[in-house]
Amino acid sequence: MNISALLSMKLAGLLFVLLFLGLIMGFTLRGRDRTLTPRRRNLGFDKIQDAIGLAVESGGRLHISIGWGGLLGIPGVGSLIGLSIGRRVAKIASMSDKPPIITSGEGATAVLARDTMQAAYRDLNQQDKFDSTLGRMSGATPFSYAAGTLPVIYDEKVSSTIVGGHLGSEVGLITDATQRTGGVCLTGSDNLPAQAVMFGTTHEALIGEDFYAVDAYLDGEPVHIASLQAQDILRWTITGVILIGALLKFLGLI
Amino acid sequence: MKFPFSTAIAIAFGLIVLLGYFIDLPILITLRDVFVRWAILLMTVAVIVGIINLVSVHWKKFSKDPGENPYSIILLVAFGLTLMVAGFFGPTGEWSLWIFNHIQMPVEQSLMAILVVVLIYSIARMFKDRFNLISIVFIVTVLVMLILAVPWFGVAIPGLHGPGGIRSLITEIPAIAGARGILIGIGLGTIATGLRVLIGADRPYGG
Repeated sequence: MNISALLSMKLAGLLFVLLFLGLIMGFTLRGRDRTLTPRRRNLGFDKIQDAIGLAVESGGRLHISIGWGGLLGIPGVGSLIGLSIGRRVAKIASMSDKPPIITSGEGATAVLARDTMQAAYRDLNQQDKFDSTLGRMSGATPFSYAAGTLPVIYDEKVSSTIVGGHLGSEVGLITDATQRTGGVCLTGSDNLPAQAVMFGTTHEALIGEDFYAVDAYLDGEPVHIASLQAQDILRWTITGVILIGALLKFLGLI
Repeated sequence: MKFPFSTAIAIAFGLIVLLGYFIDLPILITLRDVFVRWAILLMTVAVIVGIINLVSVHWKKFSKDPGENPYSIILLVAFGLTLMVAGFFGPTGEWSLWIFNHIQMPVEQSLMAILVVVLIYSIARMFKDRFNLISIVFIVTVLVMLILAVPWFGVAIPGLHGPGGIRSLITEIPAIAGARGILIGIGLGTIATGLRVLIGADRPYGG
């Protein structure tokens, strides 16, 4: 690849990011009173609210698994989504007898998990009730993370598990354990093999970009809804470009 | 109102790293590389913090009720022994590698084997709990891919096995198309999440 091609690719990348940012900002400013589109309403998001309510009422515990993706690269975004779920869930469920637990398979996200739980207690002015073991690392490799998470589900009265982060096929062990204890399991990941396993092992699996819509559904803040709208527009644009490109190629024009 | 230092730092560093990828200014590229190296260094330190967290959680569980937490005892003993061996012989020493090859690897492989059974059981459960069109497509595809994975008794049947067979057609056309579609969605979601962190709308740090 020559230098001009590289420069044009970089320029295209920068323009794409700026366009994305512009769309998010524009939709945020324009649509502060907007709600989510009906197309996304039928997904399993409502089940997250139900699971929180069920856990609080039944005296069970919520477990949030944020995987072992760490914070660098694309897997890091999955971890951030998991932490974001953890933060919102913790704010609602921290006052129950059995507060939620966040497990991680990586050091940095374990620190953030602990920080997330502490922040939830601080927001509720209940810092004295915070227990440092509520955000924890349960293993340092994918399978050791899964193995370390199983005792949490079996021994700590977990009634619902929300899996949100970067995991591999070993997520099947976590979802199976939750279902064996009669719990509800909601799952989402950025990893394709994990998504396939989640689809096969749970009722509520978030596939593809739906995983990134969790924030909008749990919070419904304008910026999150705007972000979804920007994603929708760009997805259709990319789909159109791919189809037109395929057609032109088929006709021998490119 | 308190000035949000952590947000300001995250936005500033994030912007410099992002611009360093797109704009070929030597100062930006140098700063980007330095910041990424710092991040990697911090991640390494975080691994140590994570391990301390793991051990402390199991120590608390063990001290609270020693009889009820056998896995915590196993973990603490295994951790202590591994630390001593790796500390004495070095991480690539003969006995350190022996622990890795003869304990950790077989245990993880056993978990993988259990996972196979779990997945088969889950697919059987899917028949019972979720018998709809999507589930049928999923199960039929899984079965076709498994049955046609290797030639039957060493005989490759044209149209089923090999490059023009059903299996490779499924792999090369619908599976790749579907995977690319999902990956485009994941890519867009990733950028959107990153941009929200960059503008300070999402703050997964600083409490």
